[in-house]
Amino acid sequence: MQWETVIGLEVHVQLATRSKIFSGASTAFGAEPNTQACAVDLGLPGVLPVLNEQAVAMAVQFGLAVHAEIPEVSVFDRKNYFYPDLPKGYQTSQMYHPIVGAGEVEITLDDDTTKRIRIHHAHLEEDAGKSLHEDFHGMTGIDLNRAGTPLLEIVSEPDMRSAKEAAAYLKAIHSIVTYLGISDGNMAEGSMRCDVNVSVRPKGQDAFGTRAEIKNVNSFRFVERAIAFEVERQIELIEDGGKVVQETRLFDPERDETRSMRTKEEANDYRYFPCPDLLPVVLDQAYLDHLRSQLPELPADKRARFQSELGLSAYDANVLSASRDMAEFFEEVHRVCGDAKQAANWVQGELSGALNRENLSIQHSPVSAQQLGELISRVLDDTINGKAAKQVFQALWNGQGESADAVIEAKGLKQVTDTGAIEAMIDQVIAESPAQVAQYRDSEPEKRGKMIGYFVGQVMKASRGTANPQQVNGLLKEKLDALL
Amino acid sequence: MHDKTVTQLAAALDSGELSCRELTSHFLQRIEKTDDQLNSFITVTAEQALIKADAADKARARGKAGKLTGIPLALKDIFCTQGVKTSCGSKMLDNFIAPYDATVVEKLSAAGTISLGKTNMDEFAMGSSNENSHYGAVKNPWDLSAVPGGSSGGSAAAVAAGLVPAAMGTDTGGSIRQPAAFCGITGLKPTYGRVSRYGMIAYASSLDQAGPMARTAEDCAHLMNVIAGHDVRDSTSVARGVPDYTETLNAPLSGLKIGLPTEYFGDGLDPEVEKAVRDAVKVYESLGASVRDVSLPHTHYAIPAYYVIAPAEASSNLSRFDGVRFGHRCDAPADLVDLYTRSRAEGFGEEVKRRILIGTHTLSEGFFDAYYTKAQQVRRLIRQDFLDAFEDVDVLMGPASPTPAFDLGAKKDPVSMYLQDIYTIAVNLAGIPGISVPAGFAGGRPVGLQILGTHFAEAQLLNVAHQFQQATDWHLQLPAFAEENA
Repeated sequence: MQWETVIGLEVHVQLATRSKIFSGASTAFGAEPNTQACAVDLGLPGVLPVLNEQAVAMAVQFGLAVHAEIPEVSVFDRKNYFYPDLPKGYQTSQMYHPIVGAGEVEITLDDDTTKRIRIHHAHLEEDAGKSLHEDFHGMTGIDLNRAGTPLLEIVSEPDMRSAKEAAAYLKAIHSIVTYLGISDGNMAEGSMRCDVNVSVRPKGQDAFGTRAEIKNVNSFRFVERAIAFEVERQIELIEDGGKVVQETRLFDPERDETRSMRTKEEANDYRYFPCPDLLPVVLDQAYLDHLRSQLPELPADKRARFQSELGLSAYDANVLSASRDMAEFFEEVHRVCGDAKQAANWVQGELSGALNRENLSIQHSPVSAQQLGELISRVLDDTINGKAAKQVFQALWNGQGESADAVIEAKGLKQVTDTGAIEAMIDQVIAESPAQVAQYRDSEPEKRGKMIGYFVGQVMKASRGTANPQQVNGLLKEKLDALL
Repeated sequence: MHDKTVTQLAAALDSGELSCRELTSHFLQRIEKTDDQLNSFITVTAEQALIKADAADKARARGKAGKLTGIPLALKDIFCTQGVKTSCGSKMLDNFIAPYDATVVEKLSAAGTISLGKTNMDEFAMGSSNENSHYGAVKNPWDLSAVPGGSSGGSAAAVAAGLVPAAMGTDTGGSIRQPAAFCGITGLKPTYGRVSRYGMIAYASSLDQAGPMARTAEDCAHLMNVIAGHDVRDSTSVARGVPDYTETLNAPLSGLKIGLPTEYFGDGLDPEVEKAVRDAVKVYESLGASVRDVSLPHTHYAIPAYYVIAPAEASSNLSRFDGVRFGHRCDAPADLVDLYTRSRAEGFGEEVKRRILIGTHTLSEGFFDAYYTKAQQVRRLIRQDFLDAFEDVDVLMGPASPTPAFDLGAKKDPVSMYLQDIYTIAVNLAGIPGISVPAGFAGGRPVGLQILGTHFAEAQLLNVAHQFQQATDWHLQLPAFAEENA
């Protein structure tokens, strides 16, 4: 039987506010345990939450970016359950009236086609603390630094049909939140985590199969692997005559499998009710208009513009718009050199290669966009040739020079275009290579084309790479043919 | 000295007739001498009080005193007080030393008042008799076999017995007004949002409100001047200007329109209480007020709605008492569930457990709409009843409680206890202010006249109460207990 996979994602994005969602404590990552938890975060008797307006603004910005409805009124609810790292015995979240309503996100697939994924809603909530089970000799340590960190939970419709689509959706969300600057998107530090809902159904069937929810998947790669495993598990189960049960499962990246955590029957009754300590959030049109006017150009718009205005391929446009840092770098290179195709090639080629080798992100690139743009300009105006350009790039990367021009000057890489000088070098090479000249002369005319490469190489070597290769080629051919 | 009002004591401090230290020592001695009979205090902070009294004397000597600098008072043990045990009347918090001051405490302290200690209360403010305290019942100074009312019973009894000239209470379903009535003192529950809840241990967040308890309305006005106002730490406190509540105390009452809710004079009302209240209304008529009957048709839904909403919020508010970070923790827990179960089973008393169970049930899946959502709808109707009534009249008057203080141990059945609050609870659901003022006696025990106003009408309520106290002397009468122990 042909099976179809149905996937929906709940993505938890940690918002980059300076302080927590309901208290003034810092949200910085990596501090000593419990040093960033104030009375409110500790849930001391008598404390009250005060909503962080920055978190509201960030959530709304996300909503606007995914073309979502933003309801005038949203309400915080309490989700009640006991857990040692949940200080108040409830998590303040939004169950019934979330801050962001239905919207949609465009994802780009491997074949450069796009697909729209609907967003059901997004709501604000506070993060819990962390339970630490190691190093406490049979006891559990509680670190409440993370308690109260603002999260935006983005809930998709079950619109994805493959692990690849799910990963593409997660990347699209990542790119939107980082473009907006509302999250650092750092998955390794837990700034983005996701729960994946997976079910399978016979191809052509309308009704959804029973879904399993895979909790806390925290990398693009794990999303694909967890789904791949889960889909296979469900299909095998059904084909063997079994039934998928609705349950929560955990992905174990070490064993590459998902394991059951709890079934529906064991699920908590969270007893949601409106939090009486917080007023409903009321947003007026002027506020939404103001935030809308502050929105940066978003990835989908950039991608479209890179194609339509700059003439980039769908592939290039997609890669270069994937992150705001990458896009801004590319746009600056383009602004300086004026050639989009060259700028795209250099950023994706030489620069990305070097960054990957040294495991650097683009904002930490040793070669600035200005430097790279100038370097490309020197290729475009024939000051240097392509080979020298790579040398200049390497020098800039190593910090051996302030600018492309300085490196060209210092290393004497300026391209030689003076015909007389090139002819002199050619004459010398011909004079020093009697055997090769004889071979050239004795060859069939159609094979001479290949043999000329040897002479070009010698001339370029003699010029230390600075001779204009086109000129060398043309002049060499004239001189050699004159010897026939 | 113990029979003087805050206003009188402040004048004595001003004139130099009395020092803050003398005043503080005097009340501390009275507490020391008599409170073992009343049990109105859980913690007495004598040492800190005397240090503050000396500082207050210095401030007064330098001319840097506020009106209330050096005035001793007591705080219900529901207000977090830095460095002092804040038990909320519960074994659960018997070991809890609050690391911060509630906003109310901070403001009273900044105004120069001196806290003598923390008063007894029904555990987590759940109760109408003060019999639900981990620290034992409080006795009514008018009759030691009677309850002082609750949940602010310790504060009411301490003021009535002259152990302190004023105290702070909280009122979620009558917890200031009913004990004030039972103990023959004046108690004001402000509009919800008028006084910050920050640092006040939450029972039912949408109903809880702090307020003053003292001998007179004038004293309550002075205290309201200190505690009222917006607090950035409490989102539900209202950003609205605070008047000087003492300024309008003497406004004449001619033309005042008084409504008597017919539902507050029905079955179950003690005839002597009714007579005292109707006599009080006659006093108002003599002061130029007009009186008419009004109806609050949803009154009989108030108690059922309250006992859905308050326990629902309480079940969630009290979840933080889990034995993990503070408060009572059971010995040698076998595992996490055991830690939770035993810590909470041991730390909470019967009534608190009952309300947690009720609240947990009403919020559960499948019951939420039938209980919680419905109760919120009822709440809106009750609020509308009051708003409609205030279209026609300025204030409403009636009894604060259907009976005077009952005997200790008299109400064994929780529902009969809940019915005690029939005249007070709707006020919390509507969020409006209410004040109870002494208006006579029934069977030798005090009767409270309850006066209700529309949202933010505290100044008017204090004015109306003050004028009554200018015309009567019920509020000046002291129990024999206070005199015997003078």
